[in-house]
Amino acid sequence: MNIVVLSGSTVGSKTRTAMDHTFQVIKENYPDEDVTLVDLADYELVFSDGRDYREYTGDTKEVAEILMEADAIIIGTPIFQASIPGSLKNVFDLLPQDGFRDKVASILVTAGSTRHYLIAETQLKPILNYMKAQVVQAFAFMDERDFYRKTIVNDDALFRIERLVEDTIVLARTYQDIRSAKEAEYGF
Amino acid sequence: MGMEKYRMNPDNGLEFGLYTLGDHLSNPHTNERISAQQRLNEMIEMARLADDAGIDLISVGESHQEYFTSQAHSIVLAAISQATKNIKISSSSTIISTSDPVRVFEDFATLDLLSNGRAEIVAGRASRVGLFDLLGYDLQDYEELFEEKFELLLKLNEEEIVNWEGEFRAPLKDAHILPRPKNGSLPIWRAVGGTTASAMKAAYQGVPMYQAMLGGTASVFKRPIDAYRMTLEDQGYDPKDFPVATAGFFYAADSTQQAQREYYPHINEGMKVTNGRGFPKQLFAQAAHKESVINIGSAQEIIEKILYQHEQFNHQRYIAQLDFGGVPFDKIMRNIELIGNDILPAVKKYTAKKD
Repeated sequence: MNIVVLSGSTVGSKTRTAMDHTFQVIKENYPDEDVTLVDLADYELVFSDGRDYREYTGDTKEVAEILMEADAIIIGTPIFQASIPGSLKNVFDLLPQDGFRDKVASILVTAGSTRHYLIAETQLKPILNYMKAQVVQAFAFMDERDFYRKTIVNDDALFRIERLVEDTIVLARTYQDIRSAKEAEYGF
Repeated sequence: MGMEKYRMNPDNGLEFGLYTLGDHLSNPHTNERISAQQRLNEMIEMARLADDAGIDLISVGESHQEYFTSQAHSIVLAAISQATKNIKISSSSTIISTSDPVRVFEDFATLDLLSNGRAEIVAGRASRVGLFDLLGYDLQDYEELFEEKFELLLKLNEEEIVNWEGEFRAPLKDAHILPRPKNGSLPIWRAVGGTTASAMKAAYQGVPMYQAMLGGTASVFKRPIDAYRMTLEDQGYDPKDFPVATAGFFYAADSTQQAQREYYPHINEGMKVTNGRGFPKQLFAQAAHKESVINIGSAQEIIEKILYQHEQFNHQRYIAQLDFGGVPFDKIMRNIELIGNDILPAVKKYTAKKD
């Protein structure tokens, strides 16, 4: 299975710190799975102009293709101005309308305030559902107190990441099994 | 007035055509890909067989990307015109946005003379936009390039001496546009992507619409067609003067399941290469329902589907895409045979005006 860990911000460190840890958990607990970390801070993406994702060039094309080839995507996002950052929304805009069909997507939020707890529920999940992802119901939420100088200092936050990874991989494997059983039933 | 301007006579029943995008893909059953030259020759042979089978129309699309051989689609159509006698020859579609409308009109007017009055143009905006870079256009101008150049094309069709000024082409001052088509003008259609808004644009311009239908139900595709006719009326046109055509996947075999088994890998693997993602198997499984616009199945099942669509749309033409994704030529021949022997006569019988 091809898993992508996506850090959805071009600024700040908390999301990257959490996604680095997520990446390590997958490496350690699921050594047979292919996992790629994509931090949007490492890429220079253009804004979406509606073209086919393969017709972009450079970093934009690279990121779009990595995501389109994934079976599961763990999306890490900070909360800016009570929403996901524009950099992350732009990544969704680069992809086809149903670009997440047959993919599992899960969410990790790092926020400056617990007031932002429901943002993922009301703003990010609808996008993932619209793009036809199989969304992992439970998401992981962390705030300022869980981090100190680019490390996670709250054991409970580490447990949340471990559960998020497990939920994502369990759902992805299960979904692939269900889907292939169903497709075999079609008889063509 | 009626539809004579578009060389259509609905009394004769639903027109049935074939269209190809000129894709050049491997056959997923064998993983073999024929040469570009062979693919071009087979497209022409397909047109010849369709002509012999009494099929009304053959059209070729314009595509400028890898895995296609139809970059110069008007030249392919010219070759088809010399290999056929009665079949109408059209494009599906011509990307007017990235071409000079004068050159397009010259090409198709010439094609009309070479084919003894069988040529048409379907103008589209391009669903794959790589050609904007290739041909030196800015994707930011996607909409305006189409609208301006399409309107110029319509004007060239109506007027022999043209005065025109616009943003994307040098002005024309008393320009003499030659040659003229055999009967003075060409049927020019607008390709519509399947949304109501897109269909309404065709109505605003007072041109016939060509609706692409990849998958889904007839009832959904009925909405843009209804909106098109309503908008025509709002604009002071009579919908009876404007034909409607639909286009979609087609594959005839002994049964629905055999058609699915044979055609699905072509569609799925082909779309992965040309569109970046495959065709969901679930949607293709639903093609077994009469209400689906994917016309696959036994000849009898396809007849029922097309007649059902005709009830819903009251359209004047249907064009079938049966060669996508490396379908081998013996299967193309078999499909044309089933169309000519079984499907076409039944469709005509039930849709032609009764005396």
